[in-house]
Formats: sequence, structure tokens, C-alpha cells
Amino acid sequence: MSHGFFLWGAYAVTFAVLALEVWFLFRRSRRAGPSRQIK
Amino acid sequence: MNSNPTVRWFWFASPQTFFPLAGTIARWCAVGAALLALAGLYVGLVAAPTDAQQGEVYRIIFIHVPAAWMSMFIYLVMAGWAAIGLAFNTRLSFMMAQALAPTGALFTFIALWTGSLWGRPTWGTYWVWDARLTSELILLFLYLGFMALHAAIDDPRRADRASALLAIVGAVNVPIIYYSVQWWNTLHQGASVSLTRAPSMAATMLTGMLLMALAFWAYSIAAVLVRVRCIIRERE
Repeated sequence: MSHGFFLWGAYAVTFAVLALEVWFLFRRSRRAGPSRQIK
Repeated sequence: MNSNPTVRWFWFASPQTFFPLAGTIARWCAVGAALLALAGLYVGLVAAPTDAQQGEVYRIIFIHVPAAWMSMFIYLVMAGWAAIGLAFNTRLSFMMAQALAPTGALFTFIALWTGSLWGRPTWGTYWVWDARLTSELILLFLYLGFMALHAAIDDPRRADRASALLAIVGAVNVPIIYYSVQWWNTLHQGASVSLTRAPSMAATMLTGMLLMALAFWAYSIAAVLVRVRCIIRERE
């Protein structure tokens, strides 16, 4: 396999999992709802 | 607010006072992470020259090394917050430890994944049971164990204390990872960047690596603070 496969495989998965974490954080943040006691 | 600096420090130990501050810091760090990552990717993928021996595949180090640094550093910070929580019985400390674990696990996974993809073309194998690789894999299991233990106990205060103990005991693995390349004959090479001696790489390569490290730092701070805000809202 060419070096490009390993290089882009590393970069693509790294940024995909970081984007996934951001998405999960946004979703959790929305589900947590607005703060009742904390402003 | 009291003018005594010690008291002001404890002022932010309250989740209620920390909540708005965390939001402000998280926003700035998210912007910083995006800008630093763009600069780091430009230097790493465009400006840095091709390596004479490894060719283009060496560019994996621009994410592999910063991710490996973050995986170890986040664990130490997590264990530190856990220890503060046990010593002072502060809720925010346990919440910080809880918020740090998923991001730390993510960076550990990235370090292992990118290392594996770098290893295949350079070492000829995706994986060896080398001291550095194995201790990094144990770090991933420690993060997963911390999260699983916390999730398995219904009472949040008991979950905090049990998982904090695991985090503190597991911290012994971090120096083992760091010094493994010195203590044992490993396939993994020694440190390329050290505080005590000159770097063994070109200045452009070092710049790209440091920019990505700063981007991962800023990203981690933003992600952890957003998560701790969620935890505060869920628990308080």
C-alpha cells in the first residue's frame, strides 16, 4: 500500500473522532438543557 | 469577592461560580484550537520538507506525538483533580476528573491508531508488544476503567471516590510510558523533543509539531470545560 493510505488514514480518523466528540458534546449540552440555578 | 487571593481561589471551586467562567474560557479555547490546528496543518502538511528516509509518511508524527503527549498529560491532570477531590472533598474536582477522562481516552486512542499506521510502512508491522506501545495501551484501559467504574456506581459521591482512587493508582503508569524507551530496549525510538537538550529534527518540523500540540491543548481545554458544564447541569 502507498504511504498516502497510511498518512490520510491517520489524519482522517483523528479528525473524525475529534469531530465525533464535539458532536456528542453538543448533543449532551442540548439534552442537559438550560441551567435552572446557574446563570 | 474577598481580596485575599487564597479565598478567591476557593471561590472558583464552587460549581455555580465556575460554570460561567468555564463557558467563557471554552469559547476562546475553541477558537484558538481551530486557528492553531489550521496553522499546524499548513506547516505539517505543506511547509515541512519531505523526510529523507521515511518519505511523506513521517507527517503522521504531527498528530501522533502531540496526541501521545496529551494522553499522558490529561491522565496526570485527571489524577491530580481526583487527589484534590479526595483531600478537600470538593465536588468540582471530581467533576473535572470525570470530564477529563473521555478526552484523555480519545487522545490515547489517536496516539495508538496513528502510531500503528506509522509503524506499518516504517517498522513493517502495525503492532508489537513493545514496552512503550503496551504501556500506552494500558493507559487506554485505565481511562476506560475509570469511566466504566464511575458509570457502574449509582450514587455519584461514591462513584467519584471509587474512580478517583483508580485514577490515582493508575498514575504510576505515566512515568512507565515516558521512561519505557530508556528503561527497556524498545522498537519505539527515544524522545525527539526534550526540555534538556536540542531537538533532533528540522526547525519547520518542530514548529509544526508544537503548533499541533498547542491546538490539541486548546481543544482539550474547550472540550473538557464544555463537558464539565454539562456535568454541573446534570448533577446540581
